[in-house]
Amino acid sequence: MQKIIEASGISKKFGDTQALKDISFEVSEGEIFGFIGPDGAGKTTLFRLIATLLIPDEGKLEVLGLDSVSGFRELRKNIGYMPGRFSLYQDLSVEENLNFYATVFGTTVKENYDLISDIYSHIEPFRKRLAGKLSGGMKQKLALSCALIHKPDLLILDEPTTGVDAVSRAEFWGMLRKLRQHNITIIVSTPYMDEAMKCDRVALIQEGSILSINQPEKIREGFSRKLFSVKAPEKYKLIIALRSYPGTITTYPFGDSVHVTFRGDEFNNSLYEYLNGMGISNVEINETRAGIEDRFLELMEKGTKA
Amino acid sequence: MRTIFYLIRKEFIQIFRDKFMGRAIFGVPIVQMLLLVPAVTFEINNVKLCIIDRDMTTESRELVNRLEGSTFFKVRFSTFSEQEANNLLHRGKCDLVLQIPSGFGKETGKGNPGRILVSVNAINAVNAQLSWAYLSGVIRDYNMNIVAENIGSATLASFPQIQVDNRYWYNELLNYKYYMLPGVLGILVLAIGFIFAGLNLVKEKESGTIEQINVTPVKKYHFIIAKMVPFLVIGLIDVAIGLIIGKLTFNIPFEGSIALLFLGSALFLVAVLGFALFLSTFSSTQQQFMFTAFFFIIIFVLMSGVFTPLDSMPIWAQKFDLINPAAYVMRINRMVMLKGSTFHDISREIYSLIVIAIVFTALAVNRYRKTA
Repeated sequence: MQKIIEASGISKKFGDTQALKDISFEVSEGEIFGFIGPDGAGKTTLFRLIATLLIPDEGKLEVLGLDSVSGFRELRKNIGYMPGRFSLYQDLSVEENLNFYATVFGTTVKENYDLISDIYSHIEPFRKRLAGKLSGGMKQKLALSCALIHKPDLLILDEPTTGVDAVSRAEFWGMLRKLRQHNITIIVSTPYMDEAMKCDRVALIQEGSILSINQPEKIREGFSRKLFSVKAPEKYKLIIALRSYPGTITTYPFGDSVHVTFRGDEFNNSLYEYLNGMGISNVEINETRAGIEDRFLELMEKGTKA
Repeated sequence: MRTIFYLIRKEFIQIFRDKFMGRAIFGVPIVQMLLLVPAVTFEINNVKLCIIDRDMTTESRELVNRLEGSTFFKVRFSTFSEQEANNLLHRGKCDLVLQIPSGFGKETGKGNPGRILVSVNAINAVNAQLSWAYLSGVIRDYNMNIVAENIGSATLASFPQIQVDNRYWYNELLNYKYYMLPGVLGILVLAIGFIFAGLNLVKEKESGTIEQINVTPVKKYHFIIAKMVPFLVIGLIDVAIGLIIGKLTFNIPFEGSIALLFLGSALFLVAVLGFALFLSTFSSTQQQFMFTAFFFIIIFVLMSGVFTPLDSMPIWAQKFDLINPAAYVMRINRMVMLKGSTFHDISREIYSLIVIAIVFTALAVNRYRKTA
């Protein structure tokens, strides 16, 4: 399998802020590679480096077999970049934006229409509308269409689903899956853990460092303890109580339940009694499989301790 | 080349879709021409006089009548109190106090020199000098009359003396509007080109659209040229509008070649746009750009010689004007319009503008970074 991105030991500083430190990873052809991490983790900086908008301070970054610094001219013809912030011309119509980006890349909408038809068909009825007047989901589809219009080999999507409703998000990921037929490699960043499961491989990134890179399933399996899901009617009180319980190691809210780990990976009746003593009844405790979020939180915890 | 065409087309679509821009581009030249050309003038009319006539003789009345008869002076006050006159001068109610002491008529009648005192408000030095010059002109005439009356006009005519008849070239009627209009035309083009082009680029930064352009294979000079061309076209249209207004409302003379004037304006615009785009690469918000633009526009305009003659500026200022494109365009506009100068006459200005335009544009292309 050909390597589309090869990064080794990349660092980038902005003044005194170390945005990225010693980042290394590889992305293979045809992969959907996700970067998951909180805001400020360095995802956007990394993507702008790959998109040739920034130059790394240290390390070597090869994209599509070209050096990102010396080969930027050639690279820009073959990458599609969708910045986190909507960056198309709001005062141009849908159609005008698409045509403009096609011509700027020296191609036409017609030539690559098959590539974007799935996505563009959703917004085509509004092609005369100004891009600034589109809804969030439609903006995102237009931005994706514009990033794809020159049939890039690598698609860089910086938080494409932030601020988009759940239905549009699901639709969006469906579209990304379909793009693999065209042999387009995709790197995508997201703060949503559920989207991580849809990637082929995922890198967990925090404070400028990569904590782990693996298939999402494997990342889940990396969770080192037994995880219990605790449910009770009053969730907030429950969390407070669980955190004060001496046998608890970690407590994180997770949907309508609370994910907890215990010393020795087990709990006994004293927990029920303890919770009862705190005025919490109807407690339901089940062992559960760790999600990618659990693993991420575990890794983060380790990272901050170390 | 095709890319440049598409980039330019995009700029035009955006400019004309912006309702404010559309209005400003055509409204600003019309309003500026109609307002500034007649308003900005150094012609002095209505100098307010205060007369202290302590003499009250035919001779003193004659002098006052002469002043009143001139278009420059308006006798606003007559008083016998010097204190009141000074007070009026102090409060700005009058510009000039003329004191005629008692005995003025008697002395001149006797053939002795008459004495008068003139105090001028010199807050504005130019005004003060000009009003004094006008006043002394009137007094000189009056003087000649006294001499003629005393010795008889026939005798006076037989004295050898120099008769001066002057003629003003290029603007015979000394119509100030003819002088200002070519200048205002330059200021207009400067302001429109500078601000709109610079803001346009900074806007792309602010809205993030530049980020999307930067990852495309668009070349730096493509991008800069595409930002310049629309404003070059708009600037030249504004020059045309300005000239039409000048002809229709002020009946301004146009002695030289229109093509030459447009050549000068086009080169000037390229220089200004290049500089504006260069500056805009330093600003990350439209406010920042507006402030720097304001700073430079004022310097360019006030040092360009549009209001004050270049030759009376200090040497360092004249040196600075070697790189001030506005200084060249002021000269080109005035020389072509009023004097009918040919290309040969203004070749130094034209070549200088070409050099400045190339340098500023090169700076802009060079400073504009697609990568940080």
